[in-house]
Amino acid sequence: MNPIISISGVGKTYASGHVALGAVDLDIREGEIFALLGPNGAGKTTLISVICGLVTPSSGTISVAGHDIIRDYKAARSTIGLVPQELHTDAFEKVIDTVQFSRGLFGKPRDDAFIEKILRDLTLWDKRNSKIMELSGGMKRRVMIAKALAHEPRILFLDEPTAGVDVELRKDMWRLVRRLRETGVTIILTTHYIEEAEEMADRVGVINKGQLLLVDDKDVLMHKLGTKTMTIHLDEAVTAIPEALQHWNLNLVRDGRDIEYTYDATAQQSEVPALISALQLSGVSYADISTRQSTLEDIFVGLVHAGDVSEAEVQA
Amino acid sequence: MNPPSLNWRGMAAIYRFEIHRFARTIWTSLMTPVITTSLYFIVFGSAIGSRMTDIGGIPYAAFIVPGLIMLSMFQESIFNASFGIYMPKWTGTIYEILSAPLSSLEIVLAYVGAAASKSIMVGMVIFATAHLFVDVDVAHPLAMVGFMALIAISFCLFGFILGVWAQSFEQLQVIPLLVIMPMTFLGGAFYSIHMLPEPWRTITLFNPIIYLISGFRWTFFGKGDVSIGISLIFIAAMLALCIGAVAWIFRTGYRLKK
Ligand SMILES: Nc1ncnc2c1ncn2[C@@H]1O[C@H](COP(=O)(O)OP(=O)(O)O)[C@@H](O)[C@H]1O
Ligand SMILES: [Mg+2]
Repeated sequence: MNPIISISGVGKTYASGHVALGAVDLDIREGEIFALLGPNGAGKTTLISVICGLVTPSSGTISVAGHDIIRDYKAARSTIGLVPQELHTDAFEKVIDTVQFSRGLFGKPRDDAFIEKILRDLTLWDKRNSKIMELSGGMKRRVMIAKALAHEPRILFLDEPTAGVDVELRKDMWRLVRRLRETGVTIILTTHYIEEAEEMADRVGVINKGQLLLVDDKDVLMHKLGTKTMTIHLDEAVTAIPEALQHWNLNLVRDGRDIEYTYDATAQQSEVPALISALQLSGVSYADISTRQSTLEDIFVGLVHAGDVSEAEVQA
Repeated sequence: MNPPSLNWRGMAAIYRFEIHRFARTIWTSLMTPVITTSLYFIVFGSAIGSRMTDIGGIPYAAFIVPGLIMLSMFQESIFNASFGIYMPKWTGTIYEILSAPLSSLEIVLAYVGAAASKSIMVGMVIFATAHLFVDVDVAHPLAMVGFMALIAISFCLFGFILGVWAQSFEQLQVIPLLVIMPMTFLGGAFYSIHMLPEPWRTITLFNPIIYLISGFRWTFFGKGDVSIGISLIFIAAMLALCIGAVAWIFRTGYRLKK
């Protein structure tokens, strides 16, 4: 199947001389939820802006639904809905008017029933006659989503959809994204919340300093890079790793009450049974054993550290 | 390369949005020119005009009507068109216009078309107000309307350029205030250049506004300070300059795209 978006060699150097994107190659598959994950300043917004026609690329080519975004920009843009990172709204406009406006802007004939459906889906119907400035921040964000969906796009860009959004709205947003995907809409979201990429995405791309570090199925990515941690909860605390277990790569935690073993979850030959035998032979008595798959966060922090970004930035 | 068909619905959406924006302040935007024009008539038409001799056979109060209409239309056109594009830039909502399947031509037609419509309406309201004070017959009504349209479009294009260029409200206001206002006042709205002594008369000829007001006056009285042909050349030149500048803005993405 042809990718719905094909990005090849796309770079962007701003007028200031700042290189926001190196040379990015990326294919987005039709119907997937793709999460672009990276710290602030990684180039996520720049990449989206280039695809949507807001920023002129310095190099490379992009095609959307088979249309070159420069040569055939009208056809390309008709397929795209964009929810930008910042809340940009016309304060004095009514909700329903601004959504109708967006539909018209994209050349679609008026369709009151469809607009009503969107507003209902986003729980904006009761507010349809309110001026945008009377709405809360969360409601404004819903309005921006309604605007992006008003022309029935095949592709939806959500730039940091849940940044600064309360938990309830975030959950709503996730539900909405899943529902949209069921109708065949391809969704590309950017986030610096690992939790979000992990929760939502089919595939994840990790970007840092304008370089796409890796792209993979979320599950494969977690599997490929994931490590597991096995924790052995001891009956009695110890002060040191027992002699017989010294050659295993173990850590003593929780004041000696737990022993932790970190291992590659995808290794062909698991060392776990061997370790358990060794434990029994050494006479260490334990109450329980638990294992934990590393989260995308662990993977991400590892990758970004390799790319030499401070931890503070990652958590920002 | 633009696909052959225009995005009419997209243009209509912007046009309606702009007209809706004007409609929100319809009373102030119509009352302002009505009141200003009335004041001009009371001061220049009645108080001073009664002491003035006819200018080229035209009573002074009637003589200033075309100039007054032009004065307001210049201001309205620049103000409305520059605001129309500056506001979305300022609030950030321009992202939607720039990411929509609209060509630069379509964007300009919609914004400038809306602003020009309002200017023409204001021009008509002033014309009607003038009738309350003086009798003015229009020698060439069709030419008058056509002239109004040309002036509205040229100045709205200029306003559009200003709105794209401006990066603050101050910049938005400085050009109309410091450049256009003086040029219009010295552009023969209230006098004929033949009334000026040398060297002012020659200096005035370097002010392009002279040719625009003179041309508009021609549509009323069949004569102006300069021949109508020269006026038309100036309007054409101004239109061409503005269209060229707008084309350049969109080709380079100047202050719109990064
Ligand atoms: N208009 C601009 N001019 C110069 N530099 C910019 C501009 N916009 C963004 N940048 C820089 O480009 C980099 C990438 O920004 P951005 O794409 O917004 O990152 P992200 O969305 O991942 O946080 C940042 O270092 C940012 O400061
Ligand atoms: Mg961003």
